Amino acid sequence: MNESVVLDKVIKTHGLVRAVDHVSLAIQSGEFFSILGPSGSGKTTILRLIAGLDRPDQGDIVIQQRVVTLDPPHKRPVNMVFQHYALFPHLSVFENVAFGLQMKGERQANIQKAVSHMLALVRLQGKEKRLPGQLSGGEQQRVALARALVNRPVVLLLDEPLAALDQQLRQEMQGELKRLQREVKATFICVTHQQDEALMLSDRIAVMQGGKLLQVGTPQEIYDHPVSSTVAQFIGLSNVLSGTIASYEGGLCRVEHEVLSPVMVMGSPHDTLQGAVTVVVRPERVHVSADMSVKGYDNMLQAIVHQVAFSGNEVVYHVRLRDEAIWMARVPIAEAQSSPLAVGQPVYVQWWAQEGMVLPAHPAPC
Amino acid sequence: MVGTGGNGLARPSCTMLNNLSDTSSAFPVKLSLVSASLFLGLFFFLPLILVFGVSLASRGLYGGITWIATWENYQRVFDPLVGVIFFRSLFLAGLTTFICAVVGFPLAYCLARASRHWQLILLTLVMIPFWTNFLVRTYAWVLILRADGILNSLLIRLGLLDEPLSLLFTDLSVFVGLVYGYLPFMVLPLVVAIERISPQLEDAAFDLYASMGGMFRHVLLPLSIPGFLAGGVLVFIPSLGAFITPYLLGGGQNMMLGTFIQQEFLVARDWPFGSALSFGLMGTVLLLWFLLGRTSVEKDPS
Repeated sequence: MNESVVLDKVIKTHGLVRAVDHVSLAIQSGEFFSILGPSGSGKTTILRLIAGLDRPDQGDIVIQQRVVTLDPPHKRPVNMVFQHYALFPHLSVFENVAFGLQMKGERQANIQKAVSHMLALVRLQGKEKRLPGQLSGGEQQRVALARALVNRPVVLLLDEPLAALDQQLRQEMQGELKRLQREVKATFICVTHQQDEALMLSDRIAVMQGGKLLQVGTPQEIYDHPVSSTVAQFIGLSNVLSGTIASYEGGLCRVEHEVLSPVMVMGSPHDTLQGAVTVVVRPERVHVSADMSVKGYDNMLQAIVHQVAFSGNEVVYHVRLRDEAIWMARVPIAEAQSSPLAVGQPVYVQWWAQEGMVLPAHPAPC
Repeated sequence: MVGTGGNGLARPSCTMLNNLSDTSSAFPVKLSLVSASLFLGLFFFLPLILVFGVSLASRGLYGGITWIATWENYQRVFDPLVGVIFFRSLFLAGLTTFICAVVGFPLAYCLARASRHWQLILLTLVMIPFWTNFLVRTYAWVLILRADGILNSLLIRLGLLDEPLSLLFTDLSVFVGLVYGYLPFMVLPLVVAIERISPQLEDAAFDLYASMGGMFRHVLLPLSIPGFLAGGVLVFIPSLGAFITPYLLGGGQNMMLGTFIQQEFLVARDWPFGSALSFGLMGTVLLLWFLLGRTSVEKDPS
């Protein structure tokens, strides 16, 4: 495996805002790489920098071992699927897809062949003559994909590719994207603010906020070992508790809270953590019951059921802790039905020490 | 895109009426329709009918109108001398429209893509000349272009010329005046059209290997056609009938239709012939309008 795209200490400023702040990234070839972050975190700017639509103030961009920092877009082996697709409204589906090849001066016969092949790949045969305005959202999306992929880019950039689609279509297109990537064997770099999308599609994810990279890793790594509570909250649902480290005892770390009883988390004094910390527990790790469990969980907090939400195969309990914080617990439907809990009922929230994560309250930049 | 622009131009009143009849409160709609029809009838159709009536009458011995019906005025419209003036007008108006489009597009592009703040400033700058009377502004061009005018003295003082160029009272001076006068009417519709083109489409073109020229030719230009059509109509029609500009900057020799009509009414005092000429001009404009509408409808794929 070699590196397909490398960003080396890239800085980009828009006016007074650092849109991209000292970002260094190495994306492997053939990888499905997602950049995840809230809007305004600089993720779209990174795509534009790779595409050559923006130039970095500092730092370098390398595509396939070639420094392309100052190259214009048409000299880069990169194509982009824009947010809202940016299809040319006055050109037919065929003309849209053929646009890049035509600009490159390909022979007409080759264009005809490549475009037909591409339209078959995205399952749009028979719609060649339609205008983009006459297509559904999903079809427009596929035209945008075909228009980029027909140029055989080394890297395909996708800016919020599924954001404009409804829930069902989105799931369909997720599978479609994976299939397309296998077939064209290009590196896909995808920008999204949908964490489930990133988790499902990606080989690796970079989490961004405020122009900075917070963490880069596989979905599993980021989900299980977030470097900060920001990352934890951005990836998957999280229950959060702020406190201070009181002591370390036997591989466990005791975190004290102003109101609630102290909690135990895995941790040793070798960790550099000190003082203010955040404890994060995933909702599926939390056990909620009316009476104290016999299992002897390491942690127990008192709470009151605030809301009960059914979501098909599980029940999500929202419970209010004594410090007014709302925590969530996801319980399989069978378990929830055997011992149902009602709104307003006092309950115990319990979990094992190894299922909580202790993270610095103020993360250091990575 | 092309088709909708053309249709919108060709049948604006139709859509307006449809929109009006859609509203639920029927009474105020009817009232406004009636008052609008009254207004149009009184101030537009009535004078038009009067002028048409005059165009069928004969000129009195000392000017004035003698009510003897005749087609003679319309026969005179096809006089070769009128033809020369007609084609000069057509040519100058066409060239004016073309140059306004060429000069206006970059300006309109800057305006459309400027930040809100700059857009306001630039739009105001485009509009400021309208605060001054058109006649005064055209006179200013006389001061610039005449033999001892600003331009000639500047060129002589710079040593680029030995003796002044005769710029005033040529087709060139008329043309300059027309472009100056009607440029804003091209720029404003173009700004509207360009604002509707997402900048992302330009990015997409660049990403798909288009050069600056390729992007312009294949994306910006075709998508700006509604603006060009609207601006073209707004520039072409008034410059075809313009009379102040050709009168002041063209002198007596380089007449255009507008000046010619004005002279028939006020100098030759031949109201019937002037009226017939006016109807000839209107007929030409309507014919061109119709042809424009036809071509845009044909291009419409739906």
